[in-house]
Amino acid sequence: MNTGFWTLTFWVGFLAATVRMATPLIIATLGETFAERSGVLNLGIEGMMIFGALAGFLTTYFTKSLWLGVLVATLSGIAFGWLMAFLTVTLTLSQHVSGLGITIFASGLAYYTYRAAIGSPTVPPTIKAFSTLKIPLLWKIPIIGPILFDQYAITYIGILLVPLAGYLIYKTTFGLSLRAVGENPEAADAMGINVYRIRYTALIIAGGLAGLSGAFFTLAEFNMFLYDIVAGRGWVAIALVIFANWIPSKVLWGALFFGSIDAIGLRLQGTAIKVPFQVYLMLPYIFTIIVLILIARNASYPSALLKPYRRE
Amino acid sequence: MEKEKIIEMRNIRKTFLNNVANNNINFVVYKGEIVSLLGENGAGKTTLMKILYGMYTKDSGEIFVNGRKVEINSPKDAIALGIGMVHQHFTLVRTLTVLENVILGLPSPKGINLDFDYARKRLEEIIQRYGLVVNPDAKIWQLSVGERQRVEIIKALYRNINVLILDEPTAVLTPQEVEELFKTLRIFKKEGKSIVFISHKLEEVMEISDRIVILRNGVVTGERRKEETNARELARLMVGREVIEVLREKTSVTKRSPLLKVKELKALNDKNLVALKGISFSVNKGEILGVAGVAGNGQRELEDVICGVRKPISGHIFLDNDEISGKSPKEIIRLGVGRIPEDRMESGLILDLPLYENLVIEFYDKPPFSKGMLIDYKNIKRFAQKLIKEYRIKTASIDVKTRTLSGGNLQKVILARVLSQSPKFIIASQPTRGLDVGAMEYIHEKLLEARNNGAGVLLISEDLHEVLNLSDRIMVMYEGEIMGIIDRSKEKVDIEELGLMMAGAKRRKVS
Ligand SMILES: Nc1ncnc2c1ncn2[C@@H]1O[C@H](COP(=O)(O)OP(=O)(O)OP(=O)(O)O)[C@@H](O)[C@H]1O
Ligand SMILES: [Mg+2]
Repeated sequence: MNTGFWTLTFWVGFLAATVRMATPLIIATLGETFAERSGVLNLGIEGMMIFGALAGFLTTYFTKSLWLGVLVATLSGIAFGWLMAFLTVTLTLSQHVSGLGITIFASGLAYYTYRAAIGSPTVPPTIKAFSTLKIPLLWKIPIIGPILFDQYAITYIGILLVPLAGYLIYKTTFGLSLRAVGENPEAADAMGINVYRIRYTALIIAGGLAGLSGAFFTLAEFNMFLYDIVAGRGWVAIALVIFANWIPSKVLWGALFFGSIDAIGLRLQGTAIKVPFQVYLMLPYIFTIIVLILIARNASYPSALLKPYRRE
Repeated sequence: MEKEKIIEMRNIRKTFLNNVANNNINFVVYKGEIVSLLGENGAGKTTLMKILYGMYTKDSGEIFVNGRKVEINSPKDAIALGIGMVHQHFTLVRTLTVLENVILGLPSPKGINLDFDYARKRLEEIIQRYGLVVNPDAKIWQLSVGERQRVEIIKALYRNINVLILDEPTAVLTPQEVEELFKTLRIFKKEGKSIVFISHKLEEVMEISDRIVILRNGVVTGERRKEETNARELARLMVGREVIEVLREKTSVTKRSPLLKVKELKALNDKNLVALKGISFSVNKGEILGVAGVAGNGQRELEDVICGVRKPISGHIFLDNDEISGKSPKEIIRLGVGRIPEDRMESGLILDLPLYENLVIEFYDKPPFSKGMLIDYKNIKRFAQKLIKEYRIKTASIDVKTRTLSGGNLQKVILARVLSQSPKFIIASQPTRGLDVGAMEYIHEKLLEARNNGAGVLLISEDLHEVLNLSDRIMVMYEGEIMGIIDRSKEKVDIEELGLMMAGAKRRKVS
């Protein structure tokens, strides 16, 4: 593509890429929102995403079924979410240590499993990944169509998850309990809420979504598994939760913002502006730090975040 | 009075480590009565009620509700049996609205979906019926303490309870709020509901109860019908000896030398409204200056500013001619200011640290508790041991997490810490809130002792009794201003005038 950034094609391509790149961030960050709303910081998210990427890839590689891959990736995330809950909620271990431990363990296990199943060929094997799903009629709308309605199925799922998460958190009894548990577990307990069950549920949701988010990389964005395929997106999600103030609708905007930074890199590489490509790879993380500096000081963290709950 | 037992607790025993909090207690609640649980700090009142409410598991004993034996393993079970509890330390979620707090944990008539319309309707009904006025859409953090308590009561009522346990509900209320609460409780009683009322204020207990049960060291030491007893006897049953009200003996101050001088002090409150409107006064050596006034008229901000945790917008504070406004809390402590904060849970103690560390937390880095960079835990523990003995702090040991102490004993920890340093100036805010009569007597003695040894004391209290008993001069605050200062070496206090000043209806010239 040798188009300059002043043409319409460039902008449409850029915005479509933004939505695409935002997808895994939307899904993972929504999951993290549930975890943190319940009072647990899930630093296992990066590892859960890596393992989800692998689990999705291998399943599809052997069964040729993309949707089975998506399912297994999600289930693997659920398993790790449950493990995180067991460590931090039941055993009341440090959330930092448990989360980082899970990330190290899950990513190591993913690399190991890959080697065991595939070996180390010079050219990594590929699958036939998802192709974009054009929504009938809508995709023909000029400009909007190609940006919003010519995306991967997982992207549509991710976007639909935003109102769904908002609904769960603000309009259901589960959501109310979740918010109470993350703010004041003693009060929630006194009102007959099972603090442990709520935290387990939240972490299982967080894990499942992290796994699903990981699968997006291997089954849609790319068609293979690479060791650095997730590339710290899990950590970006941790920052995004703060950026979004633990509110699902804001997660969408935050993820799109970060997606656009990813997309800029991708697009500018093809233009006349000459900068080493590593700079583009650095951009999202530089912005993560800037955003945290600007926002985190005034963030209203769930009060019980990081605090294990024990009843006398 | 019909004697239908609604709750019967038999041989309830509960130990924490080696500390017996409840030692085979028998306790009955009859239908339609108000029964008070009375006892010293740490006697085991809260523990007994938390067992009934399913928050603590008993070691042994049985509970009967309406004659049927029940197992109560969680608050959920208790609520299902019609038992509700308002805790000594509130259990509300600050970031949620009143309405959300009320329906928290309840199944919704719409399945998984919350039904705010239905909840709002029922809430308004309860507000109407019991006169518990509160805005359903306000967030908890925006409410005053009195309003928060109403929310707690509404929460219980919303769950259709028949027995309401109130653990020291009046400790944080103004006298008017107490009156309103009592009105509500009487409506309850008329409806045949029962109330367990815990309080250290004997006049209140005498006013509201039908029956009084006294606990001491985890055992029931007495039971009286209201008609057959009086405050004096109750105090004796509680403490195990005769209690006398401590009164200050007049000192013939010949020369007054000012210790703390406040000049034209202005400060904002948390909501960024002007809370102190340029006030000036001084506290002299060897005197107690009592601050009377309804809570929320700037007392809290005054306390914060003097202690350095809130920056004034303008004005000065001098301690012995050193300017202290603008200094850090630590420097201010160093200069000899002792603080007994109003909010002991949030600003007085670090609840998850062991007790011995909390007892030295304001000065652990000074000798003899530290040598250079090293903390000397041996000395700290010896000191802690001495303090809990001297101040009769009831605890299993000095190693327990501070959180496990009873409400009144937490207060004693702060007092012990502050007074042990013999500060030259003490600012005490509600120092005896939640303390039993014996402990209160002791604290009053200690404050007077500090004053007799030359310390200046600023006593902020909503308990008018306390202010009148202890103060050499009384300053009245209203809406961030000083309405007047009554010097008791020159005149007698006119209670009516004092009341008018507290209500903002009368102002004196302040010299
Ligand atoms: N969770 C706990 N762990 C350890 N000890 C505890 C715990 N809760 C209470 N205790 C101890 O049990 C005893 C009784 O405490 P409780 O809170 O029942 O007293 P109380 O009568 O309510 O006193 P107060 O009037 O001060 O509130 C105290 O010695 C207290 O230190
Ligand atoms: Mg108590």
